[in-house]
Amino acid sequence: MKSISELQKIREKVLSEVNLRQDRQDGIRIVVGMATCGIAAGARPVMQEFISEISKRNLLNVKVIQTGCIGMCRLEPIVEVYVPGQEKVTYVKMTPDKVARIVSEHIVNGKVVDEYTVGAQS
Amino acid sequence: MKDLSLHILDIIQNSIKAESTLIEVEISEDTKEDLLTITIKDNGRGMDEELLKKVLDPFVTTRTTRKVGLGLSLFKASCEQAEGSLTVDSVLGKGTIVYAKLKHSHIDRKPIGDIASTMALAISSNENIDFIYKHKVDGNEFLLDTREIKKELDGVSVALPEVTCWIKDYIEEGIKNINGGNDL
Repeated sequence: MKSISELQKIREKVLSEVNLRQDRQDGIRIVVGMATCGIAAGARPVMQEFISEISKRNLLNVKVIQTGCIGMCRLEPIVEVYVPGQEKVTYVKMTPDKVARIVSEHIVNGKVVDEYTVGAQS
Repeated sequence: MKDLSLHILDIIQNSIKAESTLIEVEISEDTKEDLLTITIKDNGRGMDEELLKKVLDPFVTTRTTRKVGLGLSLFKASCEQAEGSLTVDSVLGKGTIVYAKLKHSHIDRKPIGDIASTMALAISSNENIDFIYKHKVDGNEFLLDTREIKKELDGVSVALPEVTCWIKDYIEEGIKNINGGNDL
């Protein structure tokens, strides 16, 4: 049976890492389009998968956030990756299966997965 | 939309856009009355009467990226296909309530779906908004209030991936408990 007091454990773990996490200006942002078009196309499991993967790998400098309609509804689910100092990369027609590869190749190793990008699909 | 939890996620986005600080989601399943109701209530900026009158029209939207606004009208269609209805009530400056009613056992009633994901993602993506999630199944009730969670976390963000995962598991388990040990 889970209880809210378990959050204490998470809190302690997080606070012990706080210097690594706090105010990182060099953080990577993963932005998932979560409007009607994105949700209907399957954006929620994609976002959930990103969060699980980031949590599993304990990547402290990565944030997963939502946004509204990006304006290319036919290419949803759309995920934009912002790495500081680099141009934004837009991944389209995302599925949860594609997430692990993007995290390991792009987020961790800095190599864009070209075949999933908007340039390769449109 | 494949299931009702996706509709809920979609309507929550409206509440977020309306600058709400508290969003309440209540799902009530009453198998005796054969009724499933979903209430999404926010304290956002609300709508004036004119917008409220046409808000269920798919060609009405406040956004600028496209000309259609399908969220509410798709939800309404999902309710109606299960002998139900959808109503929207709103007071300018006070907030909005979306109330959906469906026949629980209707063959075309969409499943509730992964509501734990819907809530966990909504909560973690909107640190500054509080959420209350209430789920009732025939008299049993599960309640989650992010104000309690935030108090327990004491300054640590709900946006952290491990917190999101915990919230999702917590809701899943809570729903199982009120549903006789079964998933939805």
